[in-house]
Amino acid sequence: MSTESLRTFVEGVGRRTVLLVRETGYLAALLAEALYWLVVGRWHRQPVRAAAIFREAMGVGVQAIPIVGLASFATGMMLAIQGIHTLKAFGAEGQVVLGIALSVTREFAPLITGIFVAGRSGSAIAARIGTMQISQEIDALSVIGINPVRYLVSPILAAMLLTLPALTILADLMALFGGALYCAGELSLPMDVFFHRTFEAVEAGDVIQGVAKSVAFAVVVTLIGAANGFGVSAGAEGVGKATTRAVVLGCIGIILTDMVFTFLASR
Amino acid sequence: MNARAAAIEVSHLVTHYGARKILDDISFAAGEGEVMVIMGGSGSGKSTLLRHLLGLNRPTSGSIKLLGKDITQLTADEMYDLRKNMGVAFQGGALFNSMTVGENVELPLREHTALDDNTIRIMSRMKLEVVNLAGFENLMPAELSGGMIKRAALARAIVMDPKLLFFDEPSAGLDPVVSAELDELILTLRDAMSMSIVVVTHELESAFKIADRITVLDQGRILMSDTAAAVRASEHPRIRALLDRTPRHETVDPEEYMERLTREILG
Repeated sequence: MSTESLRTFVEGVGRRTVLLVRETGYLAALLAEALYWLVVGRWHRQPVRAAAIFREAMGVGVQAIPIVGLASFATGMMLAIQGIHTLKAFGAEGQVVLGIALSVTREFAPLITGIFVAGRSGSAIAARIGTMQISQEIDALSVIGINPVRYLVSPILAAMLLTLPALTILADLMALFGGALYCAGELSLPMDVFFHRTFEAVEAGDVIQGVAKSVAFAVVVTLIGAANGFGVSAGAEGVGKATTRAVVLGCIGIILTDMVFTFLASR
Repeated sequence: MNARAAAIEVSHLVTHYGARKILDDISFAAGEGEVMVIMGGSGSGKSTLLRHLLGLNRPTSGSIKLLGKDITQLTADEMYDLRKNMGVAFQGGALFNSMTVGENVELPLREHTALDDNTIRIMSRMKLEVVNLAGFENLMPAELSGGMIKRAALARAIVMDPKLLFFDEPSAGLDPVVSAELDELILTLRDAMSMSIVVVTHELESAFKIADRITVLDQGRILMSDTAAAVRASEHPRIRALLDRTPRHETVDPEEYMERLTREILG
């Protein structure tokens, strides 16, 4: 490698690092502002209206129920299939309930919920804000005296914080149901026994860990979607890129957050 | 300046985009109840100037006084109050695409007043009458023609009966008849509602028809800011070029030209 190309490489790394730091700072500022308007907006004539929050909650939460439910059900069943297959080698198929119960509540339910919401809503947030950015609608909000973050980001953030934990609980139940159904067929384990053992194995802390993760995911998906939307400057192609970026970064963000969270929570 | 109070007073405004200087030492004033036209070719900085007048960008230095208040010094709350007295019609209309025409026009009233629903509807219909869009309130912006979008945007801009109205490129992309109608409308607003109006345009005919005063921008500097008659009579070569539609004849320095073409290739 010549010194010239080495220098270009080092420069590139440096530039990307600066961009990363800048973007992280921007996300933090966006979060602070969105929360600020949620808490004190009403006293600064920038109220975050309940109607707007509920409208967003329908979009990001309620309408995601079928897809999240189906995906969790399939995941629970898949865990049962793999678990039984693996544990058969030790003749310990009966322990599969414990495996499913813990991995679903602590890991899979929040992760599946987060990924699906990132795919459905992260992209939608970026596309909506990006389109408004290029058609000057964001400027129009500002000149009317409506803070764009208060109007566009705070309601979605609140809706995500409300619905993602609820979706995660739903995902818990659907995945357990999927696992129970397979165990009933394969191991002739009655459903009520499956659930009885599950509730014996699972502690409140396991469910709370999953729900807490989903709160973090709600923040990640909203911020990455909104930041990419506000960053759009160049036409329809820019909106397309922002949308893709919001989904990819949203999913990566969720998995990385999950990793850090799990590491910290299991110490 | 004449005896009338100044609605807009810009002094020594300097702005940058990154490291590039866009506006250089801009000073001008417009009186109350006047139509001030900001004129200039593409890239003259007139759009940037408008963004600064609207308080959307922060200048490097200088002051911008709107209705006697320096918007570079105002707190968010003071700016919010000032915005109730400002209306803006953007070039592309910037109507919110997710709302009907009626909801677009109603939005400033809903944000700034505590009026009941029916009063708000009647007030917004009155403004739609003013711009000849009565009966169109239930259509979506996507269902309107270019001229109708501009008129709907104007209705939204004047719904709060602002003292100060900004209109970006009213005639861009419109046929001559519709464009002439908009000019008439601007003059009606000035006379009937005694608004101070700032119009940014590069259409000569329209500019001289509506302007009380004209500010001519060229490459980020003010060439002239005077009454329409004085600008028409100006002998300044750049103003004459703009008025007589003569192309720019910049002398080309062969050395510099070669340098530009081969830059980063030979070096």
